[in-house]
Amino acid sequence: MPNPFHFYTRLNLTELLGRKATNLAELLEGLKTVPGSSIYYHTHRFLQQHHFLSPEPPNDFAYWVSNILQEEKLGEQLAAVDIIQFKKIRDLRDKFISIIEGYLKKNPVMREAPGEAEFHFMKSVTFIIPTQYTANNLAEFLQAIKKISILSMYFHIFEARLRLEKGDNDFSNWLEDELKENELAKVISNLDPYTQTLESLRQKIIYLMEKRLNAQNK
Amino acid sequence: MPRINDYIPIVGEDTIEELKILGEKLKGKVIQHINSTAVGGGVAEILNRMVPLMNELGVDTRWDLIKGGEKFFNITKKFHNALHGVPIEITDDEFDFFCQVENENARAINFYGDIIFIHDPQPIGLVARKTDLGKKWLWRCHIDVSQPVESVWQFLKKFVEMYDIAVFSVPAFAKQLSVRQVLISPSIDPLSDKNKELPEEIIGSVFEKYKIERNKPTITQISRYDFLKDPVGVIDAFKMVRRYVNCQLILAGNTATDDPEHDKVLNAAKERAAEDPDIHLLVIDPLHNDIEINALQRGSDIILQKSLREGFGLTVSEALWKKKPVIAGAVGGISLQITHKYSGILTHTVEGTAYWLKQLLNSPEYTKRLGLNGHEHIKQNFLLTRHLREYFLMFLSLYHNDDIVHF
Repeated sequence: MPNPFHFYTRLNLTELLGRKATNLAELLEGLKTVPGSSIYYHTHRFLQQHHFLSPEPPNDFAYWVSNILQEEKLGEQLAAVDIIQFKKIRDLRDKFISIIEGYLKKNPVMREAPGEAEFHFMKSVTFIIPTQYTANNLAEFLQAIKKISILSMYFHIFEARLRLEKGDNDFSNWLEDELKENELAKVISNLDPYTQTLESLRQKIIYLMEKRLNAQNK
Repeated sequence: MPRINDYIPIVGEDTIEELKILGEKLKGKVIQHINSTAVGGGVAEILNRMVPLMNELGVDTRWDLIKGGEKFFNITKKFHNALHGVPIEITDDEFDFFCQVENENARAINFYGDIIFIHDPQPIGLVARKTDLGKKWLWRCHIDVSQPVESVWQFLKKFVEMYDIAVFSVPAFAKQLSVRQVLISPSIDPLSDKNKELPEEIIGSVFEKYKIERNKPTITQISRYDFLKDPVGVIDAFKMVRRYVNCQLILAGNTATDDPEHDKVLNAAKERAAEDPDIHLLVIDPLHNDIEINALQRGSDIILQKSLREGFGLTVSEALWKKKPVIAGAVGGISLQITHKYSGILTHTVEGTAYWLKQLLNSPEYTKRLGLNGHEHIKQNFLLTRHLREYFLMFLSLYHNDDIVHF
């Protein structure tokens, strides 16, 4: 018997670190020293607050550099960081640091943010809570995924992979480890959640699972 | 008073279910809110709604007030203005008197809560009892402290750093502090008398009561009479617009018991209005306040909130919830509620306010879209249920040290 999949959801509290940046050097210094929870927060905040929008706005660092400092080239480079490629927050942090350091070497004259538009470092405190939904097999999983909240989707897709550093999303891990559905697990793992809304991602997963169940029943 | 399940049709079942789970986790803890006034002003308004709902969700929550006379509230009003950056000098005698009243209250109040939740500067000094009582202490700052008068902030900072957590409404209010700082925006209650749907007859009767025409474009600012809400600037902007568009202005506010400047500001507004029949300066009886404010907002075409400084400016959320286009000062929490040209208009000057008033009065389609976008934004981010969830999470975080908490 495979172990059942328990669906969780997560709720966030935002903490202010009391640290701000008014130029690129201060942003860089902050990036090097703030906790990992802060890097996670600033690369995922827009996804959480605007999960109904696609294309989604970029990470906070890119937004601030482009719109406040008006350093558009650097802003574009920061927005283009392909978050899905990173399995650890530490590696994601290093990527942002190296882009900004590289830019500062070539462009040492820095712009200052106008008053009241500083970058404020924050972080998330995450509470992970069980929901009423569980699944023992693919059919039950399909039924549950149709009902869970967007926040639950968010937790298993984004938070589990990068924040809890499980390497892959929870759905793919369970499909592979417990149901031996390696092919389905891989296809879901290859869907890029950063370039579509969670609702459309849910619909794609439902479609893939229905297709697999139909094939099994033939 | 609404029950928690009454919010399901507005925010969905999932959201309410989450609140119930969090309430369950807090069972056995007593939350004790303390502030300085039970009526008038945003803090009292939020607590009046929130305390019964927290109790219904299984979290034993109570609310106490500190006592202070006229002299005390005159000093705390000066604190308030100084924290907003108004250059004010506070004498040593005034600081001493403030501390004396804090000590009297600290001795008189029964601190029965497990979590003592102090609101704003008036009761901030009660935290001195933490050394002998222990317990968890929270300080909720509802004020814009981004550019305070330094001497006043340094005086209060000594108290702030004795708390377990300081709570701010806007990221720019955060400080370098030795204690944790949490970001929680305030909220509106969609089911309160101030925000619920109203039948057209009630809206009509309120306009009739105050002898305000219904067939003329109406611009309204709802806020108590306070220099930081710039009622005189609103009148100036209105007069610039009225040269080109036939319209009328309503300024409406009540008075909070802890605001001694009310009369001075109202008189300044009356002087500037100079008995213009199209300018209606209303002081609303607190007994009828909520329904009348609701009706005035719903009966208006454009809502202004031309604040110079703002703790948060929740009247903006109230107006957007009613799908009204809002023009507001880009200060404090207003920038969180309005994305310029998308869910409202942000301005910095009297002239800018007048310019956008004319634009909106002449562009009904665009004006309507601003109101609809604003409504959606408030629904997602500024309703009472989100606020309750974040308070519960903060209470729980007092008992967990990690950034990731598994239940």
